Amino acid sequence: MGQNLFANYGEAVSAILFCIGFTNLLLQTNLIKKIIGLNIMDSAIYLFLAEKGYIAGRVAPIVVDNVTSTKAYINPIPSGLVLTGIVVSVSVTALMLSLTIRLYTRYHTLDLDEISTQLKREGK
Amino acid sequence: MSRKKTAEEYQKTFAFRFFRWLSGEKDPYIGKVEMQPQKEYQPDQEAALRHEKEHDAIMDKVYDTEHNKWLYRFHRLYQATSILFCLFLIALLLVTISYLPPNGTVTRPVNNEVAERYIEKGLEETGAVNIVAGMILDYRAFDTLGESHVLFVATITVLILLRLNKTEKDEAEVSDRRFEPKNDAILQLVATFLVPVIIIFGIYIILNGHLGPGGGFSGGAVIGAGLVLYLNAFGFKKTERFFTEKTYKWVCFFSLSFYCLAKSYSFYTGANKLHSVIPKGTPGAILSSGLILPLNIAVGLVVACTIYAFYAMFRKGGF
Amino acid sequence: MTAFQIILMGLLIICAVSVSFSKNLLNSILIYMSFSLVMSMLWICLESPDLAITEAAVGAGITSVLFFVTLKKIHAIDASEPEKEEEKENE
Repeated sequence: MGQNLFANYGEAVSAILFCIGFTNLLLQTNLIKKIIGLNIMDSAIYLFLAEKGYIAGRVAPIVVDNVTSTKAYINPIPSGLVLTGIVVSVSVTALMLSLTIRLYTRYHTLDLDEISTQLKREGK
Repeated sequence: MSRKKTAEEYQKTFAFRFFRWLSGEKDPYIGKVEMQPQKEYQPDQEAALRHEKEHDAIMDKVYDTEHNKWLYRFHRLYQATSILFCLFLIALLLVTISYLPPNGTVTRPVNNEVAERYIEKGLEETGAVNIVAGMILDYRAFDTLGESHVLFVATITVLILLRLNKTEKDEAEVSDRRFEPKNDAILQLVATFLVPVIIIFGIYIILNGHLGPGGGFSGGAVIGAGLVLYLNAFGFKKTERFFTEKTYKWVCFFSLSFYCLAKSYSFYTGANKLHSVIPKGTPGAILSSGLILPLNIAVGLVVACTIYAFYAMFRKGGF
Repeated sequence: MTAFQIILMGLLIICAVSVSFSKNLLNSILIYMSFSLVMSMLWICLESPDLAITEAAVGAGITSVLFFVTLKKIHAIDASEPEKEEEKENE
């Protein structure tokens, strides 16, 4: 066990959030809750990345008064990566929700166990 | 000239019998082997019913998920294992995190020369005050192009999954608003005041993407949210006056191809060490930072259209 | 600022846990919406205003709206037996 666990509380919280989302994904049988779990996992990863780029005592990377020294701003790279990720995650969510609607119109349930039972009953 | 044979005479000849045998019209065993008389096939109703019943009974027994002891045990084992696995994963991640360099310090390996270069030269090379906008739309613009295409492809996939034809669409629209009050006065009045404000705020975010926090993605999402509010208040009839599939097609086509062409130009000039004719402008002015402002507008248009299209397709399967 | 961050992170964990334990689907979606809002406050604390504005617009706004439309679609398809569906989903 290293000594930086309490200094890295942000990363620790993101790890816990990731595992909560993963447990949701494993244990919930409702499709909508599974999708929410996946979104929570997404957010945990973004939190981890943003914590990586954060430097205490510095401000956001928006240039004020032409100060371009590296001592003044936090790391801009994780912000850019997470910005990409958030927008991709919303399209992934829309895709999953539309698949859920299709499954519901076919099987009239959101429970994954019942869907698979009905599938096997039909002999597929 | 030979004499014509009668039919009876011909049937007695060897050639006639040979050709009949050859073409299979005559069964050589008929009358010589013991045979059962043939009859038409009739399905056995009882056997079929019995078979179906047995099949159902087996299926009920196999998929009787509530009384199946083994399935119940497997579910319990699955739940226990997954909780244990997640606890183990938490412990593993926390141990790993405890060895990472402490939070908020400069000496972390993430803060390397790439970030320093972006901060030091970003203002000078891209002209954008917001270094993140300069990074994602100038240094890493190819990334953002892929992201816009991800949105476009997601819209197409949702359209494939949820598309309804004309009559189904009308039915869906009727049943969609069945449980809602039509033309709700409070909602419409609030929307009349709020929608212009929301859309102007979105436009402000897009146009100020290089000067402050914001940019194409967030501004586009705000404009999309404003359009969704307008749609909820006034219904599809009003929105279809200015936004249909054709609008979506042309807006996305022009935005994405403009993005491609603009970045191709800057890649070409950058790779061949040519002088780009696009002026950088003074940092801080609204018309500055070269291509970042038009690219922000293109991305914002794509995102706004995509979000409205998602909502419309979820509501009635088409837009 | 650190104490504020720790409170926000505690709220995040509470929201994430209560999403899985809430019995009603609409409740869990609302809790997820508040999760996104807390997240966007946390981005401000981490000095990333770009992310905060995007998360507030996309995560708390658009994603939740899509979830709501999905719920509405799912209930509206089988409007004759809403009670039964509720029970099924609550299990």
